[in-house]
Amino acid sequence: MTRIMIAAAGALAALLFSSPSFATTIFVSNEKDNTVTVVDADTLQVIDTIKVSRRPRGVMLSPDFKELFVAAGDGDTMDVIDTNTLKKTRELDSGPDPELMAIDQEGKKIYIANEDDSLVTIMDIKSGDVLGEVPVGVEPEGMTVSPDNKYTVATSESTSMAHIIDNASMKLIANVLVDSRPREAKFTPDGKELWVSSEVGGTISVIDPKTWKVIKKISFEVPGVRPEQLQPVGMDFTKDGKQVFVALGPANRVAVIDVASKEVKNYILVGQRPWHGEMGPDGKKYFVANGLTNDLTVIDVQSQKAEKSVPVGRLPWGVAIMPGKPQAAADDKKS
Amino acid sequence: MPGVETKPPVTIVYLGKRYDEPLPLSYAEKPIFDKGIQGARLIIKEANQAGRFVGNSFQLVEAIIPPNGDIVAKAKEILAKGDAFIIADLEPKDLIAVADLPEAKNSILVNIRASDDSLRQEQCRSNVFHIIPSYAMRADALAQYLIWKKWPRWFVVHGNTPDDQDYVAMIKRSAARFGGKVVAEKAYDLPPGARNTDSGYQQVQGQIPMVTQQAPDHDVVWVVNSDNGFGDYLAYRTYLPRPIVGTQGLQAIAWDSSYTEYGAMHLQDALPKLAKRAPTERDYTAWLGGRALTDGVMRSGKLTPSEVKAYLLSDQFRLEGFKGQAMSFRPWDHQLRQPIILGGGTRVPVSVSPQEGFLHPTNVTDTLGFDQPETKCKLP
Repeated sequence: MTRIMIAAAGALAALLFSSPSFATTIFVSNEKDNTVTVVDADTLQVIDTIKVSRRPRGVMLSPDFKELFVAAGDGDTMDVIDTNTLKKTRELDSGPDPELMAIDQEGKKIYIANEDDSLVTIMDIKSGDVLGEVPVGVEPEGMTVSPDNKYTVATSESTSMAHIIDNASMKLIANVLVDSRPREAKFTPDGKELWVSSEVGGTISVIDPKTWKVIKKISFEVPGVRPEQLQPVGMDFTKDGKQVFVALGPANRVAVIDVASKEVKNYILVGQRPWHGEMGPDGKKYFVANGLTNDLTVIDVQSQKAEKSVPVGRLPWGVAIMPGKPQAAADDKKS
Repeated sequence: MPGVETKPPVTIVYLGKRYDEPLPLSYAEKPIFDKGIQGARLIIKEANQAGRFVGNSFQLVEAIIPPNGDIVAKAKEILAKGDAFIIADLEPKDLIAVADLPEAKNSILVNIRASDDSLRQEQCRSNVFHIIPSYAMRADALAQYLIWKKWPRWFVVHGNTPDDQDYVAMIKRSAARFGGKVVAEKAYDLPPGARNTDSGYQQVQGQIPMVTQQAPDHDVVWVVNSDNGFGDYLAYRTYLPRPIVGTQGLQAIAWDSSYTEYGAMHLQDALPKLAKRAPTERDYTAWLGGRALTDGVMRSGKLTPSEVKAYLLSDQFRLEGFKGQAMSFRPWDHQLRQPIILGGGTRVPVSVSPQEGFLHPTNVTDTLGFDQPETKCKLP
């Protein structure tokens, strides 16, 4: 009798813990460990380490946060993890060497960059059926879908272009030459601008989606840091869309840019070689993965200060964040 | 592509000669006779993938002549069609002979093969661009690492080809620049051991300690043996237990079979699909040279070698080649400034130079090789 009571109390506690308003969970892919580290964003404790296929890089949550997609380049597959049980439930046949992906706003289609084949594969998320393939430039990497769901953008690292795909026809409608080695593409939350980061070029190209022309190039400057080390990669807009946080790789910094004026306002020192980060769901914290120091830096968005760092696996690459806590974590606590 | 103006196709010529390739010391390692051309084929394929989005297309003309062929005659035949973009897989004498042809004046030759320093110094030419690192750059790249390791005493064991003599001179230059010391120089003149026969092992095992015994105390043995006759025999056989660096052992190279950083896996994976073997340094320099030319065409929007040359020398030119930073040509001698991998004899790269702490007012990569104040090159 008592045992049943305790179990019931445990289940109740688990329900409370999994309530989205109380918790946030961070997923970090570790390229060299072939794992995804799961971190509780409130306590900054590692909840779990999930074994995945070889060379995980891009990580992304479905819009309903129920599934985590992990692009495993050397595994030639896309692992799908249930965010509640933290178990791999299925794999998507992504095609060879997937690196990054984008999911449409409705959560129906996933767009995957196949680095080796210079293709963007468009897939039905539920069934895993390939809906189409679009040939793009050499080494596609960055992927994003516009807020109105009309366009998908792929950047090709070797060809140095942003390729614009019309989602209705699944055809290329524009190819915009940007600076060397474009890594990530992001639309501003209002969809009025497309930002593309060029790692080796050291610039961000701001593109007007009405004309698909580059309207502005943003570059970086930090006293005492060699210009060739200022390499923008990951870009994340704040919730109000007014600022963007940019991971600067070997410069070991995150730049903060004012979206309206396109001026760099601040440089925040983080761990070594940050490439990708993510804003927390409430927009108050920014989490960035440092590839060479194997940790995650927590930045306070308001004060723009690095507050803490959390050790994760080897060569951390991508970050995805969901509101709420996995049931699996609550179960662990109970036992 | 809809809405893109199609421009006339651009021809890239691969001009080479089948020189005698030095054989690997082991029979198990197959000699490679298509170094370079495979890298060129790959980049032309990739440039066409990129080119269709901007209306450019490229074709590769493979002009590789037999060992006794006449390179000048072949070059004249090519240049009769007009100014040319040429990937030059040529030794120094042949390269200069082609570059000095009056009809080559407004062409571009990218040197993917010859590390000879005189080509960047007294013998520099305004129509030649060097992708492959010079021996001065290689020696500096290794020297910086050895100084960082606090291994400043070097025992140089060398062969006597023109390449060897140049490299040895550059080691002495590096020692003077960075505070190293060549404690002794030894010409290896014993008859080369038979390629790994039973008696070969014994002979080598006895020979190498003798060769390395008389030198004053040293931190490393720096072997210079570009034709591969004995260098691979040194490791684990020296009189004192010392690491081997140079043309064997730890090498300063533009490409290494174990290099994976900054997207390098792309080339490591893509070339074997085409060539059925791993990329070599010359495949990389051919790929990168082809990339400089085709990027130059696509990004400048120009089609002639003289217009593209202006672009290659401009501030806008930023070449990407898996080294984690944009590369560019030094205006004073047309050498590509680039980070250099230290590896070759190891299963993972040991380091990449320039090393931390070797500073330069404008470009840290200019600490490798002949910097502007030291140049003897006078370009018009």
